Amino acid sequence: MSKRIEITDLNVYYGSFRAVEDVTMTIAPKSVTAFIGPSGCGKSTFLRTLNRMHEVIPGARVEGEVLLDGENLYGPGVDPVRVRRQVGMVFQRPNPFPTMSIKENVLAGINLNNRRMPSSAKDELAEHALRGANLWEEVKNRMNLPGSGLSGGQQQRLCIARAIAMEPEVLLMDEPCSALDPISTLAIEDLMNELKEKYTIVIVTHNMQQAARVSDVTAFFNIAGTGAPGRLIESGPTDKIFSAPDVKATEDYISGRFG
Amino acid sequence: MTNPSAGLIGGASAGKADPKRVGDKVFGALAGASGIMILVILAAVATFLLVQGAPALFADPAKLISQGYGEFASWVLPYAFGTVWAATLALAMAVPVAIGIALFISHYAPRRLAQPLGYVIDLLAAVPSVVFGLWGAELLAPAVKGLYSWLNANLGFIPLFSGQVSGTGRTILTAAVVLAVMVLPIITSLSREVFLQAPRLHEEAALALGATRWEMIRMAVLPFARPGIIAAVMLGLGRALGETMAVTMVLSGGRSISFEVLTSQNPNTIAATIALNFPEAFGLKTNQLIAAGLVLFLITLVVNMIARWIVSRRAEYSGAN
Repeated sequence: MSKRIEITDLNVYYGSFRAVEDVTMTIAPKSVTAFIGPSGCGKSTFLRTLNRMHEVIPGARVEGEVLLDGENLYGPGVDPVRVRRQVGMVFQRPNPFPTMSIKENVLAGINLNNRRMPSSAKDELAEHALRGANLWEEVKNRMNLPGSGLSGGQQQRLCIARAIAMEPEVLLMDEPCSALDPISTLAIEDLMNELKEKYTIVIVTHNMQQAARVSDVTAFFNIAGTGAPGRLIESGPTDKIFSAPDVKATEDYISGRFG
Repeated sequence: MTNPSAGLIGGASAGKADPKRVGDKVFGALAGASGIMILVILAAVATFLLVQGAPALFADPAKLISQGYGEFASWVLPYAFGTVWAATLALAMAVPVAIGIALFISHYAPRRLAQPLGYVIDLLAAVPSVVFGLWGAELLAPAVKGLYSWLNANLGFIPLFSGQVSGTGRTILTAAVVLAVMVLPIITSLSREVFLQAPRLHEEAALALGATRWEMIRMAVLPFARPGIIAAVMLGLGRALGETMAVTMVLSGGRSISFEVLTSQNPNTIAATIALNFPEAFGLKTNQLIAAGLVLFLITLVVNMIARWIVSRRAEYSGAN
């Protein structure tokens, strides 16, 4: 259920401005890959190109190739809607649908394409997804209450449950803990460790300790200056990036000399 | 931190209760006065309607028949029905179109098209109602006669379209079409504003789950906009219920209570009845017309209360928490 992502010569543009330049990398299945780098270096933009969510922004476009187990996401005739059903996403701020109950939130994606599923199967699936997101015990007695009544950390896990209910191949996480307190952050990090047994996980984070704790591979992005495009400086096993990176800029960033 | 004012402002205010700045006081007073003013105006209107309408409301029916327009309840009922019926028909036509236009402007149209379209819609709201009345009576009514005959011939089995088709086209349906055009801009611009405020966060959540644009709108935009849409519809309804000039000019209304919308037997609306009869009314007749105004006032009040209730029913799901 998890797929390898191969990115070749990817450029991202906002209108005529090049935001990300020439990224080539491979993301291994059943692992956690972390993108780190200073603000504005294009790591979130790059993450969004992996499920074509950048297309929501007017004027954004991509050159290059993203292969999901060999299938090009940007190939002719590929429907972005289908891509997003395979590549799930969790956002910076928890965003459960405020008008839906907890259960409806978990099943939101399922209800889009599989409306005729019997309700017992739906209940089972909701429980499975919530267990997968370590939230079941906390919400099993309030499945029909609004999702917005949960705490921030619970809401974020609800969003993760909503994403994994779709059984995606890949799970993208855009700074999933930046709006959470340390205890909720820990819960999400533990969850990532479990989820990587089944999914390919890509996470953008500003927190380098977090990258060191949760990821198997770390990719460092940087910009030369304002207005310059973001570039992938180097990527490699997290141990190596955090102990003996090849590039000096990586070492400077990781040791806190800038950024 | 037990007494912040003492620490922050120092000795000057020690012992005095919470000194306020002049700007704060002035603004507070102005805002308070404005709020009270609304209540005073509303109370004044209600009092006027009650006091001036009371002679007709409490008059002996026999006296009303001889000096007024007839026994009050049976006299006002067809007009009350006509008011609500015309407004209902108008909203049934206007609301889907208005929401469609608003969604098109907010979520579908390219920005270059959306903005001019928005202006045009707003412009429609600036057309005086007498112009809509002229348009409805002189152009629309003759133009729809053929359509009405066709509806009657082919869909006559639906009670709405049954009966003897009017020869002039000045039926309640024509009046409702004019009303629909008049309330369209209000509902459209308010809905558009609400749609534009739908949180991007939730739109993206829906898209990331693999929703198409329409599914995204259904999941993230419409539920968020629901209270706003209801408020917009209520404002439109307010205008449709109270609209006088256009209805007076378009509708050849009488006193029949009927759901048939194509016949020449149409109930008039309260507002149009008042406008038509007021110039020649005197004494008890004037009181009776004002009492009819009171009934219109009550209808609007009830409609608004129902809307409030609908909005508040699902408040915990509004996202405000």
